[in-house]
Amino acid sequence: MDLFSFRKPKNELESLPDEQQNVPFIPDEMWIKCPKCNTMLLTTDMEENLHVCTKCDHHFRMNAKQRISMFADGDSFVEHDADMESKNILDFPGYDAKLEKARAKGSKESVICGECKIGGINTVLCAMDPDFMMGSMGTVTGEKITRAFEYATDNSLPIVVCTAAGGARMQEGILSLMQMAKTSGAVKRHNDAGLLYITILTDPTTGGVTASFAMEGDIILAEPDTLVAFAGPRVIEQTIRQKLPKDFQTSEFVLQKGFIDAVVSRSNLKDMVVKLLRIHGYGVEEAE
Amino acid sequence: MTAYEKVMAARDSGKLTAVDYIANMFGDSFIELHGDRRFADDKAVVSGLAMLYDMPVTVIGLEKGRNTKERMERNFGQAHPEGYRKALRLMKQAEKFRRPVLCLVDTSGAFCGIGAEERGQGQAIAENLMEMMALKTPILTILIGEGGSGGALALAVADEVWMLENSVYSVISPEGCASILWKDSTKAPQAAEALKMTAQDLFDLGVIERIIRQPKADDKAMFESLKLLVSRTFEKNLAMTDEELTNARYNRFRKLGAGI
Repeated sequence: MDLFSFRKPKNELESLPDEQQNVPFIPDEMWIKCPKCNTMLLTTDMEENLHVCTKCDHHFRMNAKQRISMFADGDSFVEHDADMESKNILDFPGYDAKLEKARAKGSKESVICGECKIGGINTVLCAMDPDFMMGSMGTVTGEKITRAFEYATDNSLPIVVCTAAGGARMQEGILSLMQMAKTSGAVKRHNDAGLLYITILTDPTTGGVTASFAMEGDIILAEPDTLVAFAGPRVIEQTIRQKLPKDFQTSEFVLQKGFIDAVVSRSNLKDMVVKLLRIHGYGVEEAE
Repeated sequence: MTAYEKVMAARDSGKLTAVDYIANMFGDSFIELHGDRRFADDKAVVSGLAMLYDMPVTVIGLEKGRNTKERMERNFGQAHPEGYRKALRLMKQAEKFRRPVLCLVDTSGAFCGIGAEERGQGQAIAENLMEMMALKTPILTILIGEGGSGGALALAVADEVWMLENSVYSVISPEGCASILWKDSTKAPQAAEALKMTAQDLFDLGVIERIIRQPKADDKAMFESLKLLVSRTFEKNLAMTDEELTNARYNRFRKLGAGI
């Protein structure tokens, strides 16, 4: 910086440093910076690559709609209970405004549930939405997931659930806690009917969702470098007043501890799900 | 009493803990059973067999400890995964002999720590929820102090859930709620109010079936009537078929938050 840089610029353009004056104007949303390797990526490239960094393989978070389109064949997805929306059942201060803000981002609820074909196989598919109050589980979330499991049980269908949650939704108090029991009951009935449940843990899967349906799959898969925890790292650090090891509570860590079946990168996930469905006998008759 | 005063009463270190209830209700008939057969014996969970009049029962309690030494030993009633697995082991054993299960809950929550996470705290709780929902023997849970989130629910998927008049049950502590939502843990009294966590609130929300009067240590009559209530409930539920019993339990939770 030279002495003259302190003078008051005569106009806007003059105030720009030389090297920036030649840079063409680019709208912000065209580029996205990878938080892991700091590479600037063309948003369209990143999206076409299933929201994975083309340079370092960092998996960006996906919203529920993107998840659905990642698994469902073509436009085969039929949404169930699309109109169910959270209400401020306990009159919790500030919750109405929070819900409004969350909906403004484009999602109606923290989970989308429905039925689709995956690799030609009829499957119930649920995707939680980290964009909607960090996927927290409220009564509507629990109700939709419970209905999805009941539908799968009644129709002898397998179910795939992509989890993403900061935990239970505290603005719904004890009723959000009860969703852990309710969903677990529905999982159990689906399980006892001899049907397949595949869980896909995505970043972040924590709290009441981890302590219920996320950990109840027959097969539990996780994306790389996903936070999988009961208590989040900050809560633990505050409780034990100790710094946590670097890779603590990543999907690779819980794999090593024996709590999930495999870490699968996003580009291989759909193929893996189709393989698992087939090995359990789903879609075999149609193929013959 | 305000909601937060009830929180304080539920946490009061002078109140009766699970071992006091076991002693007062079952006396010498209690046989303590230890260990999850997988990793360790978690002392935050006290469990075993007992006679309720002439009915054999399985008793599982979250125990906070009555003095500093006991509290350290019991990890302040915060169970590790092995505690929840010990509880489930005893519940499965109870199912085998179709013996009713009484759970006594008093915990600020499941323990948050490195070992707890490494050994699958979430998985342990999840498995209890799933298995309790389909357990083919009656389950009754009484909250005798604090009911802290998933760590309490892991012993509360029951046919009926009762609460002492000064007990609380919540998805998060009022301090935790206030510090996350309002960045100010001194607003805990407002959070306690908003969370609707007292026995009366939960009764009104249809989450519990009964509110029990707070007993004192030498309150023989009170414990006698509690025993009578528990045994009548077990008798009623033992008369049901396995299918009726597990269907009723499923529907009990199924209706919560379904009317949207």
